[in-house]
Amino acid sequence: MHAAVVVFPGSNCDRDLAVAFEAAGAKVSMVWHKDTKLPDGVDIVGVPGGFSFGDYLRCGAIAANSPICNEVKAHADRGGYAIGICNGFQVLAETGVLPGALLRNAGLKYICKTVGLNVVTSQSAYTEGYSVGDVIDIPIAHHDGNYFADDETIARLQGEDRVAFTYTDNPNGAKGDIAGILSANKRVLGMMPHPERAADAGHGGTDGQALFRALSGVLTPA
Amino acid sequence: MKARVHVMLKNGVLDPQGEAVRHALGAMGFDGVNGVRQGKVIELDLADGTTEATVNEMCEKLLSNMVIESYTVEMS
Repeated sequence: MHAAVVVFPGSNCDRDLAVAFEAAGAKVSMVWHKDTKLPDGVDIVGVPGGFSFGDYLRCGAIAANSPICNEVKAHADRGGYAIGICNGFQVLAETGVLPGALLRNAGLKYICKTVGLNVVTSQSAYTEGYSVGDVIDIPIAHHDGNYFADDETIARLQGEDRVAFTYTDNPNGAKGDIAGILSANKRVLGMMPHPERAADAGHGGTDGQALFRALSGVLTPA
Repeated sequence: MKARVHVMLKNGVLDPQGEAVRHALGAMGFDGVNGVRQGKVIELDLADGTTEATVNEMCEKLLSNMVIESYTVEMS
């Protein structure tokens, strides 16, 4: 598995994501936002958390229009794998690769704590290491994680088994308690919680490890 | 020439910031504030001859997120 991790000005989970990929056996290339090409042979693109471009205008909006994001979008359109975590989810939603948008938390507060997630589907390269109904503990750290989409889109996501994770106790007002969603082909995952921050015993929890290990099982070296 | 772009959350999209302002106004004793919606105003200083169509394109590609927001443009 060859993973590319995109770095924007203001990204701050890029190294954590790279370390989690490496721990699962991946070769990792860091890619700068001004790059106009992904490295050859990339199996999966990771769009990390942080505050790209200072969250100016809207979270993820400016990053979504950076040169590398055209390539990320093209990669996803070709059926490539991509995972967007936290700010990375906001970026993928802004590019239109994933539906919906992330609004300000309903309680208006920035929330940084470990939350419970229900695993809603195991039918994806990201979630096949879990069983439906598993509850996993993963940290969140966001101010704008309140998932919104129109009712029709929410129903479609649910009907097509594209909700990956829901919160056991909704912290931010997200519609349908949604914490993470998949693209129509299940190859792009966007999630607000940080699995890369629960991927090593030193993190205080390892419930995120199975996500990276499952990916590494599916994406054997190209 | 200048353009002023107003970006507002669409109706039906929860605006927690507007709600917080509404609560604050009520707590301050201003009765009868039934709703508050908070948006943003973006002023663009443009080269002469820039068309409203171009500004609309800027709005749809970057300045607003059409999933949750609507916009209006005033050219002057």
